[in-house]
Amino acid sequence: MEFGPNDAQRLFERLVRKLLADHLPMDALHRLANAGSGFDDRFWSALTELGVAGVLVPERFGGAGLGVFEAALAAEALGYHAAPTPFAAAAVMAPLAILGAGSEAARAAWLPRVATGTARLGVAFETLAGSTANSAVERRGDRLSGCLESVVDLAGATHVLVVLDDGTLAVLPVDGPGVRAACRPSLDRTRPPGQVHLADAPAEILEPGSDPQRLACSVVDAGRTMLAADTLGAAQSMLDRAVAHAGQREQFGRLIGSFQAVKHMCADMVAMLEPCRSLVWYAAHAQDAIPEEARVAACHAKAHLAEVGREVSRMATEVHGGMGFTDELGLHYWFKRIGANRQLLGGPERCRQEAAAAQGWSTA
Amino acid sequence: MDLTYSDTHRALQAEIREFARTYGHLSPRSGGGRKRPDQKTLDWQRRLLERGYAARTIPREYGGYGGASDVLEAAIIADEFSRAGLSPGIMNQGISMLVPTLLEVGTEEQRRRWIAPTIRGEVIWCQGYSEPGAGSDLASAQTRAVVDDGHFVINGQKIWTSSAHYADMMFLLCRTDPDRPKHAGLSYLLVPMTTPGIDVRPLTTMTGRAEFNEVFFTDVRVPVDQIVMGRGDGWHVANITLKHERSMLGDPNRLMQRVHRIRDLMTRTRIDGVRVADMPELRDRLLRLQGEVMASRCHYLRLLTERARGEDPGVKQLIVKYFGTTLGHRLSALAVDVLGAAGLVYEPRGEAAEDDEATTWHIDYMYDIGLMIGGGTSQIQKNIIAERGLGLPREPKASARG
Ligand SMILES: Cc1cc2nc3c(=O)[nH]c(=O)nc-3n(C[C@H](O)[C@H](O)[C@H](O)COP(=O)(O)OP(=O)(O)OC[C@H]3O[C@@H](n4cnc5c(N)ncnc54)[C@H](O)[C@@H]3O)c2cc1C
Repeated sequence: MEFGPNDAQRLFERLVRKLLADHLPMDALHRLANAGSGFDDRFWSALTELGVAGVLVPERFGGAGLGVFEAALAAEALGYHAAPTPFAAAAVMAPLAILGAGSEAARAAWLPRVATGTARLGVAFETLAGSTANSAVERRGDRLSGCLESVVDLAGATHVLVVLDDGTLAVLPVDGPGVRAACRPSLDRTRPPGQVHLADAPAEILEPGSDPQRLACSVVDAGRTMLAADTLGAAQSMLDRAVAHAGQREQFGRLIGSFQAVKHMCADMVAMLEPCRSLVWYAAHAQDAIPEEARVAACHAKAHLAEVGREVSRMATEVHGGMGFTDELGLHYWFKRIGANRQLLGGPERCRQEAAAAQGWSTA
Repeated sequence: MDLTYSDTHRALQAEIREFARTYGHLSPRSGGGRKRPDQKTLDWQRRLLERGYAARTIPREYGGYGGASDVLEAAIIADEFSRAGLSPGIMNQGISMLVPTLLEVGTEEQRRRWIAPTIRGEVIWCQGYSEPGAGSDLASAQTRAVVDDGHFVINGQKIWTSSAHYADMMFLLCRTDPDRPKHAGLSYLLVPMTTPGIDVRPLTTMTGRAEFNEVFFTDVRVPVDQIVMGRGDGWHVANITLKHERSMLGDPNRLMQRVHRIRDLMTRTRIDGVRVADMPELRDRLLRLQGEVMASRCHYLRLLTERARGEDPGVKQLIVKYFGTTLGHRLSALAVDVLGAAGLVYEPRGEAAEDDEATTWHIDYMYDIGLMIGGGTSQIQKNIIAERGLGLPREPKASARG
């Protein structure tokens, strides 16, 4: 029994963190964020080499063969560095969907390319994902028409995986006939939201598994867990910066960190945030190993991190004073990323409603 | 990450479920503050000790079960008791604070003498720390003890001493060496409450009950071997005790049990004919708290794991009291809101009898504020978290009075 990452998992986490720290000093982050594309070839290759893109792809398909737990460690690290890169959909939701769908042929066709980072799938939900997006798709045979908003990881995507109302999974190339895919100008400069228009576009419909709706839900759960982990990392990063700032900025002839008002904001942040790490670990582990808890844990992790992330991102900004409000300092990248994570795949109220339903406490 | 149950773990789980089925009806109710354990509670405690559901890791020679320290076992026991709505056993200052302190720094003789009767619930302890002039600034305690003829002779006053009106023993922080610097002049003594010269005057708290006391000492004599560690070590020992007090106050299993009790209350309560459980606003508050309690429970498991690995928990341990007590208060606040106007009938029955549900919740709702104050206030906790946990600069001190 061990609650927390084991040695191998910690090593993986350290490697990812090291790579991110090397690739994303503040000037690089500014540059990538200003470009706003949410994708950088070089950076993606480096991530792929480390096994991040194929973290969930089984070894027989050339992946790292790890679990959602390890993916959450990576997601936390990505959030910590506000990494402008696809991950939650491309490396987690899409491969999980393909793994859970019916045919071995599809797995053999897609997963090796996911692992090498050459197939990058954005994921779009018609419904099921607690989104306010106006998405609606009509299916005729293997052709889809309609519009999908709030597509996750469309940045740099080669394909989009569409999850229909009934759990049907369809894959389309972003530059295929009848497909118009584009990222929108984004609040979160590190991960723009995508929009996809489909006009009688031919799609590869994946053979359904035994329970498509259930699979779709577990894909959402895994995605929510990643966003929670991302917020965890992003909030930790803001807290670390706030503590460092409070320990060096002087006013009234004293370090501002010696004022209780400031000190107590920092204490409040860490008291809120530290238990979140354990919750995220648990939710991620539940996706891998405790199916009966997976949904409730994912919903709670997503909702709770959204609430804590909001508080921490506000307080950490306040601790920085006017400097915290500038574009230059870049603290806002994390603020906005936390804000985006809160809304994607369902806000906290919606997630809690689903947690209630999953426990038989209501019909959501 | 590995939460798989071994066969032993599964067997333990099955065994507790069987125990709950057979003996569950004998469990006293939890919640509602502190009392001297009645016969029902003592019998229940005896059963738990026999099976190692309480004091599991305390060595046999001190009356415990002598089990190996196993994170998952502890979690399974807590979980199963919480799920079955059973009392996890007596929690008082002796069991949660003094016993671990003696295990850490007591002499063999002190352990053999005090631990067994304490965990059985037969010897009740109170904590003699706070004084009228020394609350948050505990190290400025002035109650004096001087050595005379093989005894400490104690004079002074303690205040806010919980349970002193029925306690058998006190662990007392007092000043034995007034000439030494503030923190170095303190000692930690074990004092029988029946010693002549001790005068206990109960204070009624906001719950309407006598829960804490003033305790006056006039030439109270205790043998010099009733000291834990040595003269001048009092501050060190007191802080060991406080560490255990603070982790007890943040106990997440108690919180999880509250979530279930509130959920149950919400299904039985109606507002204008609508089940509260079906009212989105109140349900969302419960769900939100459930998520937080879940986080605190996971945090607790993480701490157990890291402790077993011998890692220093640092800030992770320091936050427990602050967020645990705050969360506890928000839970009882929700219960009070669900009870609503019908819950305003308040009839505390005193120490002899169990209170009704609404009274119990209202007592908890008030008592939880006491928990935020006792054991070091939330503000003091935040100072500690920020200074010791995050390394922020200490406050400039007013010149020490020595
Ligand atoms: C229910 C209950 C049970 C208790 N049981 C016991 C017991 O069994 N044994 C025992 O010895 N004591 C007990 N206490 C006493 C408790 O430990 C003290 O009340 C507590 O430490 C605060 O001390 P004080 O009451 O003197 O308040 P003060 O220290 O005067 O504090 C008043 C306010 O000032 C704030 N404050 C003080 N210093 C600082 C600072 N440096 N920075 C920021 N804010 C500050 C506090 O946070 C608080 O808000 C109990 C208290 C309660 C409420």
